[in-house]
Amino acid sequence: MDYGVSDPAGGNPSPGQYRAIKILLAGGFGVGKTTLVGAVSEIRPLRTEEPLTEGSLRTDSTVGVEGKTTTTVAMDFGRISLRSDLVLYLFGTPGQQRFWFMWDELAIGALGAVVLADTRRLADSFPAIDYFERRQIPFIVALNCFDGARKYDREDVRLALDLEPGLPIVLCDARSKESAKQVLIALVEHVLVTASEEPLSGIA
Amino acid sequence: MPSNDERWLDAEAGPVVRPYALTQGRTRPAGESFDLVATVMATHVAIADPSALAPEHVSVLRLARAPTTVADIASDVDLPLGVVRIILADLRELGLVAIRTPVVMAERIDKHTLREVLNGLRGL
Repeated sequence: MDYGVSDPAGGNPSPGQYRAIKILLAGGFGVGKTTLVGAVSEIRPLRTEEPLTEGSLRTDSTVGVEGKTTTTVAMDFGRISLRSDLVLYLFGTPGQQRFWFMWDELAIGALGAVVLADTRRLADSFPAIDYFERRQIPFIVALNCFDGARKYDREDVRLALDLEPGLPIVLCDARSKESAKQVLIALVEHVLVTASEEPLSGIA
Repeated sequence: MPSNDERWLDAEAGPVVRPYALTQGRTRPAGESFDLVATVMATHVAIADPSALAPEHVSVLRLARAPTTVADIASDVDLPLGVVRIILADLRELGLVAIRTPVVMAERIDKHTLREVLNGLRGL
């Protein structure tokens, strides 16, 4: 596949013009990351085969696999062509601490992050929230409203997650393209507002 | 001592060593590091001896005929990112591809670009 050539807008942008923007999607296991990426973008397989670091050796049991020097991590990888020269890349990886070696790279230059949370297991989102707060990466929290899950008041969630007053918390249905799109829009709006000193009329 | 069988993970994880066999065991790419969404493009320099390139190197080179990214290539050739990075670094050393970190990676994404992203998303 030749992306530059097959893009609907045509043209063949030079590497300098091609703008690739990263958005991160974090959250606990089974919270709907894959579903959300698949709802809003062309989802594709992407895996890493990372050499085990000392850090991961401490947390990953290697008993019985002493010959193991690498670890496989599957990522959710989605691509949204906004224009032929402007493409969003969504990366979803597990939020657990032992995957932070990947986050460190993913986070460099990223537009921001979405922490996808399940109100039944809010604690699963603590590590991701801590991570983004500490590295000052702009993020929002999206509550995936599963069928049958009790609807929480957003301010209760803010309290439970100890989030700052201005930090957006959005409700979403990760299966819906429109809903997933609104989550990304909320993130970009939040980044614009935080990047701006003066209030942005018509955007916030 | 584990038996040979135990050196393999479950079926899903696959063999743990094989991918890096493609890189002669190297786990670090040569030269300057590059981002996951760094733009890759073939330089279209003539290859003196195409048979010297491994099939995986040829596949990666082919995907880079139009601007693409490291992550796109890894997904398309279905090889782990780490392996693709090493292959790309090899191709760069041979002068066959140019790898550029996107302008927006160098600094914070400017507001103009953010608005473009916002408008693009709204129009989806």
